[in-house]
Amino acid sequence: MPEENNRPAPIPQPESDYYWEQAKAGKLVFQKCGACGSVQFFPRVLCTSCNSTDLEWIESAGKGSLFTFSIVHQPPHPGFRNAVPYITAIVELDEGVKMPSQLIGIDPEPEQIEIGMRLELAFEELNDSISLPVFRPVG
Amino acid sequence: MPNIQRLKNISGTAAIVGVAESDSLGKVPDRSPLALHAEAALNALDDAGLQLSDVDGMFTAGWSTLDVAEYLGIEPRFTDSTSVGGSSFVMHVAHAVAAIAAGYCEVALITHGQSGRSDRAPIPRNPGAPMTQYEYPYGIIGPPVSYAMACRRYMHEYGEDRTRQALAEIAVSTRKWANLNPRAYFHDRPLSFDEYHDSRWVAWPFHLVDCCLVTDAGAAIVVTTAERARDCRKGAVTVLGAGEGHDHSMISQMPDLTRAFGRNTGPQALEMAGVSHADLDLAMIYDSFTYTVLVTLENLGFCAAGEGPDFVADQVTAPGGSFPLNTSGGGLSYTHPGMYGIFTVVEAVRQLRGETGDRQIDNCDLALAHGTGGLLSSTGTLVLGSS
Repeated sequence: MPEENNRPAPIPQPESDYYWEQAKAGKLVFQKCGACGSVQFFPRVLCTSCNSTDLEWIESAGKGSLFTFSIVHQPPHPGFRNAVPYITAIVELDEGVKMPSQLIGIDPEPEQIEIGMRLELAFEELNDSISLPVFRPVG
Repeated sequence: MPNIQRLKNISGTAAIVGVAESDSLGKVPDRSPLALHAEAALNALDDAGLQLSDVDGMFTAGWSTLDVAEYLGIEPRFTDSTSVGGSSFVMHVAHAVAAIAAGYCEVALITHGQSGRSDRAPIPRNPGAPMTQYEYPYGIIGPPVSYAMACRRYMHEYGEDRTRQALAEIAVSTRKWANLNPRAYFHDRPLSFDEYHDSRWVAWPFHLVDCCLVTDAGAAIVVTTAERARDCRKGAVTVLGAGEGHDHSMISQMPDLTRAFGRNTGPQALEMAGVSHADLDLAMIYDSFTYTVLVTLENLGFCAAGEGPDFVADQVTAPGGSFPLNTSGGGLSYTHPGMYGIFTVVEAVRQLRGETGDRQIDNCDLALAHGTGGLLSSTGTLVLGSS
């Protein structure tokens, strides 16, 4: 299959190597500031709250709530031609960060999906080096 | 923070003296994007009664000014490739005013050209950028998906049914304006409320007709000093107020999905111009999606947060209504090549000059043009006045 027909895969950068390594190992990590205690997604070299560079990695407990979603019917990229309809989401982790993701294990019907519904972490293997953190309904 | 007193000093010191589209809009496979820039540039300069040799300031987005100026064969002494999405060209007008006031240039040319429909070589995105790393792998790609997620959050906060009705009102009223504009893609195609609700899903909650067109088109604007404007071919349109900025790039980083940056740029532009909402005769608000219009009306302060659905009810934004909005037919029904913002200014100028034929609104002396770029990321607002 030509490259452009594949789902786009992330190309990790120096500040995100650890994030993607941990995802491959089945863990979701994010940054917490050692100076002000703020948490942030996505990984950077500075805290966007206080500008400290004293950042540590925290592992998420993998629980959160649905902040918003869309049900995608028209593939926005050739790599998603066989994936529609699928559910994109912004998930609010219980630790306080919001992150983009997809919902799995639920019908792509508006009536089935509630903002605020409880979600838990799962992983989807994209290729040999990348696993994507995704979310499914709790229970 | 912007210094309003200093901004007031340059309010009205420069004017838009030329606006134009490319010769053809819609499906234009026989023109490259740069050819659309050039065509629109020549048309806008002709509109102003000026020539390429008069131009000493060059502004564009999407492409670098290097490419466009080289294609045109000019050597600008002020150059600005600010490229923050479809709002960029609205910002360029403000940048041109500032550059002219400071003395960097005297005749500013702002060009746009995109073959959204027919491009043989679309520009790829940097695969290491945060957006391509963290959102693209999930299929959060392109405007419809991102704006749809913002709209779904708005529905959650302010009510799904009344939001849906507002989106339909905007789609239908905008189409009515397009039906009056011979250059609009959907000039000959009316849209009913039933057709709105029956339209297929692109990214729920968006129907196809909640989404803008994808066309080929170019446009250009010429700005010069208020003094020199008096010698130009047509009535000058004075730039009275402006504001710009952005607060995120990826939709998942947007601080509040129902509050875009127009919350800052709208009030700033009005204050700089020394006018209020009630003084405005026309609002040209970038309609990448029906939701973009709904949320922007609130953000700019035309109504309070969550009151947009009441504000646009009963087709008040349609021809003959009390609040003329997007009189060209907008990105939804006139043209939208990818970064539509420049066309909000083109239409505002034409309305202020009184040259829009069947869709001309009465006594149009003060207009607001507002661009939104990226994924509800950046906004630029202008207040323009007839001279």
